[in-house]
Amino acid sequence: MKQEEINDKSRRDFLKTAAIATLATAACGSLACSCSSKQKAATGNTVKLLSPEGEIVEIDSAYLNHQEHMAIVSKLEARQGIAGKKFVMVVDLARCKNARKCITACQKWHYRPEETEWLTVKLIKDSDKGAPYWFPKQCFHCDNPPCVKVCPVDATFKRQDGLVLIDNERCIGCKFCMAACPYSTRVFNWNEPEQPLDIKNLVYSAETGLPAKVGTVEKCDFCPDRAREGLLPPCVEACPNGVFYFGDENEDTVTNGDETVSFSQLIKDRAAYRYMEELGTKPRVYYLPPKDRQFPVERGYEDLPENIKERFKDIMEEKKS
Amino acid sequence: MELNTYQQQAFEYQRPNIEKFGKRAWFWTIFYLLWIVVGGYALYLQIAKGHGVTGMRDNVVWGLFIVNFIFFIGISYAGAIIAGLLHLFRVPWGKPIIRLAQMMTIISVVVGPVFILLCVGRFDRLHHLFIYPRLQSPMTWDVLAILTYFVGSVLFLYMALIKDFAVYRDAKLNVPKWKQKLYNALSLGYRGGASQKRHLIVSQNLLAIIMIPLSIIVSSILSWIFGMTLRPGWHSTIFGPYFVLGALYSGCGVLIVAMWVYRKMYRLENYFTNRHFTYLGYIMMVLAAGYGYFTFSEYFTSWFGSERWDSEVIHKLFDPSEYGWWTLFANLAGILLPILIVAIPKTRTPGLISLSAFMMVMALWVKRYLIIVPTLETPLLPMQDTRAEYVKYTATWPEWALTFAGIATFLLFFTLMSKFVTVVPVSGLEETRTQHEQAQDILKKDKVQPA
Ligand code: SF4
Ligand code: SF4
Repeated sequence: MKQEEINDKSRRDFLKTAAIATLATAACGSLACSCSSKQKAATGNTVKLLSPEGEIVEIDSAYLNHQEHMAIVSKLEARQGIAGKKFVMVVDLARCKNARKCITACQKWHYRPEETEWLTVKLIKDSDKGAPYWFPKQCFHCDNPPCVKVCPVDATFKRQDGLVLIDNERCIGCKFCMAACPYSTRVFNWNEPEQPLDIKNLVYSAETGLPAKVGTVEKCDFCPDRAREGLLPPCVEACPNGVFYFGDENEDTVTNGDETVSFSQLIKDRAAYRYMEELGTKPRVYYLPPKDRQFPVERGYEDLPENIKERFKDIMEEKKS
Repeated sequence: MELNTYQQQAFEYQRPNIEKFGKRAWFWTIFYLLWIVVGGYALYLQIAKGHGVTGMRDNVVWGLFIVNFIFFIGISYAGAIIAGLLHLFRVPWGKPIIRLAQMMTIISVVVGPVFILLCVGRFDRLHHLFIYPRLQSPMTWDVLAILTYFVGSVLFLYMALIKDFAVYRDAKLNVPKWKQKLYNALSLGYRGGASQKRHLIVSQNLLAIIMIPLSIIVSSILSWIFGMTLRPGWHSTIFGPYFVLGALYSGCGVLIVAMWVYRKMYRLENYFTNRHFTYLGYIMMVLAAGYGYFTFSEYFTSWFGSERWDSEVIHKLFDPSEYGWWTLFANLAGILLPILIVAIPKTRTPGLISLSAFMMVMALWVKRYLIIVPTLETPLLPMQDTRAEYVKYTATWPEWALTFAGIATFLLFFTLMSKFVTVVPVSGLEETRTQHEQAQDILKKDKVQPA
C-alpha cells in the first residue's frame, strides 16, 4: 500500500469510527447529555462525518464530543504503533510499599473489575535468607515476546513502538499466549465482562482495549491511547511514591510524573536488571534493585484488607519467625 | 467382484452384522446418544454462560479438553502408523486387523479436534485461523497438520474399503435401498479388472508411505504446542519423540481392546485369533519399555538437574498430597503392568492382555493429565492468589460431561461403522493368500473354518 493510500484509508476509518462513536453515545444518552447540558455555542467550523448509513453529514465541531477511550486511530495504525517511539518502563523497587494505588487506577481507567489485575504487586523473596520486597509487575512488552510467537491468528502483535497489544476482535481465545507467557501476565475473560453501557457501546480499538470481549485474552497495554495524547499511564500517575518511570527509549528520557531523568543514566547508576533475563524474552521493563529501601516491607502488609493479606501470609509469617 | 472360498466364508460369516441393526446395537446407540445429549447440555451452558463454567482459569488455562484432545489424536496417529506398517510390509497376520486400525484412525481424528473447539474461547471466530493465519505459530502448524492428516486418513481407509464396497454391492444384501445405493456409489464401479487392481494397490501403497511419516510429523507438532513454551515440564527436547511413542503405545492398547470387544460381540475368534493378541501384545510390550525409558529420562534429568522450576514440578508429581498417587498409577498401570502381563507366559492370554491394555489406556489418559495440569499449576512467578479455583485446577461437571460425551461419540461411531462395513475386511484376505503363499502356511493353523 502506498503511503497516501494508508493515510486516506486511516482518515476514512477515523471518520467512520468517530461518527459511530458519536452516534452510539447519542443513542445511549449519557455522554450526549453531558454535552447538551453545557449548551456549547456553534463555532461555525463544520466537520464532515460518515454516518453508519454511509452518508456524509456535516456537524459543527463544537458538538463533537471528545471522549476518552474513543478509538482515534485506524486498525492499521493501532497495529503499527506510534512512529519514532520506543516505550520503556523502569520500576524502582526501593520505593514500593504496596500502596496498591496503581492497581486501582489501572482498573478504573480500563473498566476492569477488582479481581482482574493487569498490574499486580507480588511479594518476592529471592532466596531463603533474602528479605522479601514488593514487586509490581505488569506486561513487560517483551522485545522477543513468546506470546506473540505462538498466536495463530496474529491477534497479539508487536508494534514498532515496542508495545505488545491484543486485537480482541481477532483473538480466537485459544489461550496459547497465556501458556506461553512466562510471566503469567495475561488474563482471560471467562465470562461476559461487566462494563457500563456507554463503554460497551464504544467502537473497539486495540489501543483502548475497550469494550472488553468475552472469550478473549487481555493484559496491560501501556495505555497507548493516552501516550498518543502525551499522557502517562494511570499507574504511573497514581503511585504516591514515584515507583514507575515511563518514557521513550529513543528520547532517552523517563519520568515518574515528579522528575524526568535520563533512561540510560538511571539504569546505569542504579544497576537496573530485567526480570528473568535468562529466558531471552528481552523485556521492556527494567527494575531498580530494592536496595536502601524507603519503607519496611511490613508497611505494605499490615493495613491490607484480609483477603489480600491472605496472598502474602506465607512469606510474611516466614519472615517473622 | 469374485470371491474365493475363504473370502466368501468370511463374508457370509459377517453378513448378518451389516444386514441387521440388532437390539443390542440399538441399545448401545441410544445409550451413547443419551451421553451425548448430556454433553450437549453442558456445551449449551458453556456457550450461554462463558467458559467460567469450566474449571479452567488464568493459571491453568487448559484442562480436560486438551487432555482429551491429545488422547484421541494420539490414538488416531497410532492407528495410521500401525495400519500403514502392516500394509506396507504385507504382514500376513495383519490383514484382518488393518480395518480396525483404520477405523480407529478416522474416528479419533474426528472426535479429538472437537475438544480443541470446546477449549477455544471464541469458536465463532475459527475462520480467523484461515483468514489471518500466522505461520510462525505451532498452533497453525497443528491446524494444517491435522487437516492434512484427516484427508490422508480418510483416503487411506476409503481406498482399503473400495473392494469391500464392491463385494457388498454384488452380494445382494438384504438392506434398505439407500444403503445399497450407497455401497454402489462408494464402490466407484470397481469390478476387479487388472488395471483397477493395479491402480488401487499403487494408491494404497502411496498413501501408506505418506501416512506413516505424516503421523510422526503431526504427532511431534502436537507436542510442540507444549514443548515450544518456556514452561517447566514442557520445555523439553524429548517431547516430540515422547509424544510419538506415547501415541503409538496408547493406540496399540486401544486396538487390542477393540479387537477383544469385536471378537466377543461378533464371535470373530477365527479372524482375531489368539496369535493376534500375542503379537500385538509383544508390540505393546516393546512400546511400554520404550515409553518407560522416555518417562524415566524425563523425570530423572529434571530431578537430577534440580533447577528450581523443574524440581517444583517433579515434586508436585511425586508428592502423595498432590499428584503422587496418580503418578504411581500412571507408571504402574501404564508401563509395568503390560510388560509383566505379556512377559509371563502364563498371563499371556487374550483376556489378560486386553485387560492390561485397557488399564494402560486409562493410565495414559492420566499421564496426559499429569503432563498438562501440574505444569500449568507451576508458573514461574508466585501465584499469590487467594481464589482457590485459580490456584488449583479441578474439572467441573460440564467438562466431565463433555469428556464422556466425547468417549460416547467415539464408541457410537464404532458401533455405526461396524454396521456399515465388515470389521474384518473380506477382500483384503485374498491378497494375503495369493501374494504370500509361504506366509499362508504359518497362518493355516489359525484359519479354522467358521462354524
Ligand atoms: S510479559 Fe508476557 S504477555 Fe507481556 S510481552 Fe512478555 S510474554 Fe507477552
Ligand atoms: S488467545 Fe488470542 S491472542 Fe492469545 S494466542 Fe490465542 S488467538 Fe492469539
